[in-house]
Amino acid sequence: MGKLTWGAIPIHQPIPMAASLFITFGVLAVLGLVTWKRWWPFLWREWLTSVDHKRIGVMYVLLALVLLLRGFIDAIMMRSQLAIAAGNADGYLPPEHYDQIFSAHGTIMIFFMAMPFVVGLMNFVVPLQLGVRDVAFPVLNAISFWLTASGALLVNISLVVGEFARTGWLAYPPLSELQFSPGVGVDYYLWALQISGIGTLLAGINMVTTILKLRAPGMTYMRMPVFCWTALCSSLLIVAAFPVLTATFGMLLLDRYVGMHFFTIDGGGNCMLFINLIWAWGHPEVYILILPAFGIFSEVIATFSGKQLFGYRSMVLATLAICVLSFMVWLHHFFTMGAGADVNAVFGIMSMIIAIPTGVKLFNWLFTLFRGRIRFEVPVLWAIGFMVTFVIGGLTGVLLAVPPVDFVLHNSLFLVAHFHNVIIGGVLFGAMAGYNYWFPKAFGFTLDKRLGVISFWCWLIGFYLAFMPLYALGLLGMTRRMQHYADLSWQPYLIVAELGAVVILGGIVATIAQLVVSVRTRASRRDLTGDPWNGRTLEWSTASPPPAYNFAVLPEVESLDAFWVMKQKGSARLRERYESIETPSNSANGFVTAFFAVVIGFAMIWHIWWMAIFGVACAAATLLAFGWSERVDHKISGEQLANAERVRLQPLESA
Amino acid sequence: MRHSCLRIFTLAAVALLVAPCRAAGVLDPQGPVAAAERLILINATAIMLVVVLPVIVLTLAFAWWYRASNKRADYRPDWSYSGEIELVVWSIPAMVVILLAGVGWTGSHVLDPGRKLKSDGSPIRIEVVSLDWKWLFIYPDQHIAAVNQLVVPSGAPIEFFLTSATVMNSFFVPQLGSQIYTMPGMTTHLYLLADHLGDYPGISAQFSGDGFSDMRFVVHAVPAPEFDNWLARARSAGPTLDSDAYAQLARTTRNAAPQTYRSVDPLLFSHILQQAMPVAASAPHRD
Amino acid sequence: MSAQAASVALAGQPGAMPASGGGPAPVRIVVAYGFWIFLLSDIIMFSALFATYAVLSGQTAGGPSGHDLFGLRHVGVETLCLLFSSYTCGLGVLAIERRYLTGFYLAFAVTFALGASFLGLEISEFAGMIARGAGPSRSAFLSAFFSLVGLHGVHVSAGLLWLAFMVAQTIAKGPRDFVRRRLLCFSLFWHALDIIWVALLTLVYLMGAR
Repeated sequence: MGKLTWGAIPIHQPIPMAASLFITFGVLAVLGLVTWKRWWPFLWREWLTSVDHKRIGVMYVLLALVLLLRGFIDAIMMRSQLAIAAGNADGYLPPEHYDQIFSAHGTIMIFFMAMPFVVGLMNFVVPLQLGVRDVAFPVLNAISFWLTASGALLVNISLVVGEFARTGWLAYPPLSELQFSPGVGVDYYLWALQISGIGTLLAGINMVTTILKLRAPGMTYMRMPVFCWTALCSSLLIVAAFPVLTATFGMLLLDRYVGMHFFTIDGGGNCMLFINLIWAWGHPEVYILILPAFGIFSEVIATFSGKQLFGYRSMVLATLAICVLSFMVWLHHFFTMGAGADVNAVFGIMSMIIAIPTGVKLFNWLFTLFRGRIRFEVPVLWAIGFMVTFVIGGLTGVLLAVPPVDFVLHNSLFLVAHFHNVIIGGVLFGAMAGYNYWFPKAFGFTLDKRLGVISFWCWLIGFYLAFMPLYALGLLGMTRRMQHYADLSWQPYLIVAELGAVVILGGIVATIAQLVVSVRTRASRRDLTGDPWNGRTLEWSTASPPPAYNFAVLPEVESLDAFWVMKQKGSARLRERYESIETPSNSANGFVTAFFAVVIGFAMIWHIWWMAIFGVACAAATLLAFGWSERVDHKISGEQLANAERVRLQPLESA
Repeated sequence: MRHSCLRIFTLAAVALLVAPCRAAGVLDPQGPVAAAERLILINATAIMLVVVLPVIVLTLAFAWWYRASNKRADYRPDWSYSGEIELVVWSIPAMVVILLAGVGWTGSHVLDPGRKLKSDGSPIRIEVVSLDWKWLFIYPDQHIAAVNQLVVPSGAPIEFFLTSATVMNSFFVPQLGSQIYTMPGMTTHLYLLADHLGDYPGISAQFSGDGFSDMRFVVHAVPAPEFDNWLARARSAGPTLDSDAYAQLARTTRNAAPQTYRSVDPLLFSHILQQAMPVAASAPHRD
Repeated sequence: MSAQAASVALAGQPGAMPASGGGPAPVRIVVAYGFWIFLLSDIIMFSALFATYAVLSGQTAGGPSGHDLFGLRHVGVETLCLLFSSYTCGLGVLAIERRYLTGFYLAFAVTFALGASFLGLEISEFAGMIARGAGPSRSAFLSAFFSLVGLHGVHVSAGLLWLAFMVAQTIAKGPRDFVRRRLLCFSLFWHALDIIWVALLTLVYLMGAR
């Protein structure tokens, strides 16, 4: 069994052991419940083997919400540790453990919370907004999701069996090389991210092809909703950036497994090379996350202002500009490496230039609100909260883009505050806005508004309490990733930050409560018309939830805000005749491939070579077996379509 | 009761927000590099606040005024383009960026870490090596070395040559200014100057492992005569830093106490750079 | 008339719908387009390794350099095998589009043989270098060399497996639509490997041997 022994289970460490038991029992409880209630056939048929982009989108978002809990627990443990570990106090988390926690926190939040949330929303919404039936490659879509879930599973297995990386979320060498990290932690990190990275890359390819080649008739590029433009640019960034991540982690794996010398101290290895490559991926990555969030805000602000988005063309231009520029700024993550004044200055200026299209977008949202009629539903609260919070994050970002300023703030808590400012204030707020906005479309009833409002305010206030002190601490000279500190004057700030984390916990609890309460009382909030918000784009022209095929007949698009224009012209009518259509049938390919991916990952981590070879052989066999026969599509007759349309249009006609 | 709670809360908030302006740190420069960097920080922030504050105010104002229940507000559902507004909207960020780009360009050149600092004091060279988990400071011209303490004459430009004997670190004294990475097999170059007497905390600003939080040292900026005294004392006591002593030093330790070495092998730094010296193995831990 | 046909019919007339408004593209185009995007992402992965090679090519850690190790005659034969296999692959795809199955099988058999020869020559080159103590763990330069050229070799191996699978599928199912779509993708893949090899040949072997 390679390096795997019983000693890998953290029996002698109370906190990891407690966490392991909690997770193990939790998982077993869920599996037990499903078995006892005999839900397995339903789950297998409707969800696990589904290739429907809507189902896959929901599963991505569910994965994100679950991993948000795990990542947040890591965060509050860190905050609690720092609130007490002042002066001579050691806190309750020894460095060996604390280092794993902050590494896991960053890895989980970026790769297994933010990415799945954003990819999930894109998956669900984009085909509906484009007026088509599914993405370009539905089976590939399922494979992408399940590979991402495999990566998340491996990271969580590291809690129970073995350890996680102790290097920070980007695992800089030489610290991440075998010489300084001989344990399995970095291997868990690398294999989990390689596997999920393949999933993400495939999802990006899928989305680019869908947006560029599959749109409803009449939907030219300049009639696409802004969310689709941002999804396109984000997916182009995925396609261009993730291969670099795969290559870079591949090289680190080769160093660790085969003794190569890409980044080692000896043999001519160069750690600066890793840092350049990883940030050549890393900077586009943050734009991969934020662009869809910008798109969500564009949709939400326009819809709830009852107005067309201001400056559509310049929004598109700004999005494309951000997409291209995001590849030209990566060095700002290591101004302090000593590349020289010219290099630093050029990258600093490029980083500032990216603020221009971002500023343009903000002004366009502002002028969408202007002379609108704003309805304060939950998504709009998140949007307004974003607009106020993100500009602060943007300000500190441009500040850090000035190299001499970065020289004193790099790696400090000021930096940590900045990126949480833009990721929470931008990506998370956008994801929550999108979650509340599209939930009724996905499930047929809206979410409870009161708990949504509570969740928003807890997140907003909690964010400011948790991170504004960190800006101050960075200026006071506190660096990141410290497990304890000597300067007692830092402690009050850290206590306030801890308080902020507790308030955010309230927000998370409110979100969970919102979901539970909404499901319980869904009868009172049913969305019967498919258009609960008086929307402008095509997803609102389908039933809630939409049938598997989305549209009985693909809509003929004549303008931007296609659905809004259709509504002005008159309500939808039942057609006389519907042509039969074909939809892709389910496939277990994704689930099975991912299962073997976990086997391969686990085996490689623990050096169980026979298991790894077995896993590779099975994965290859799966690929070939599923690829051997032509896929049989599911036929839906014209009569079935007509019946479904009749049911859908009835509430609209009686309204 | 509620009023006094609110008052206490407000006072505490203001105190916390204002305190960094007085306390030791980036906003309390004790050298020309740090002072220049603070100036740029404040100027850049002020320039951006000119745009950011109105945007925040306008956002909240528009959200409030154009709320659906306000029937007095103008509602123009099809107004979605204005050339004049577009021009302004692209120009404002562009102008701010052009201004800051100028600041960034000149600042990067004037404050380039490797740019020589001019001063009345005679320059002093220091070779810095980051180890697990302590700092070694070699004074090549004075032939002594110190661990976790850096004594320098105030007013003298200090020329640092930095490397790492193990993993990446970052040498940082917030009150003196710029930090710079230390990387194995490579030398980085930094000039700093302490023009006030005092003790300034220094840290590593790049996470390097379990003992990272204790990689602290103190910079003592002292008058020149006192510096000479310190040199004399260091030369007269303490071990020599030869290869055996270095091998001992290179072993992983946490929370190393400050100490000095009375003499140091003049080729030590270049040997470390060429990776001819033993490297610390990582500390044993649960596997 | 479908919107797509309408847009084609109207194309060129003033005020006509641009092609981007023609509705969803047919399956064959969608598959080929998606596969192209995948190939571009693969080329980016190779670019990262090319950049690594450029940075590390001088780091021989006292060991052998390209000048000492590269045999240009050997590499020349490899190149001929690979380039010619691309030609035969193209012939095979043309054959199957014309439903000329015998030609297809012949062309793809030759493609396989040439690809396998390329791989065999490359493996023997690697084995020789390792036997001389110039393996990938000798120095950073060799790590970069082995991983860059090796990744290309891994792609060629995967391509050969895919080729065999496609031939088997063609035998079993005949030149159906989905089979020909996949053969199109395969040929794109095989040609892309050629392009990468030309870059490899130039930047690694020709420039390294000097």
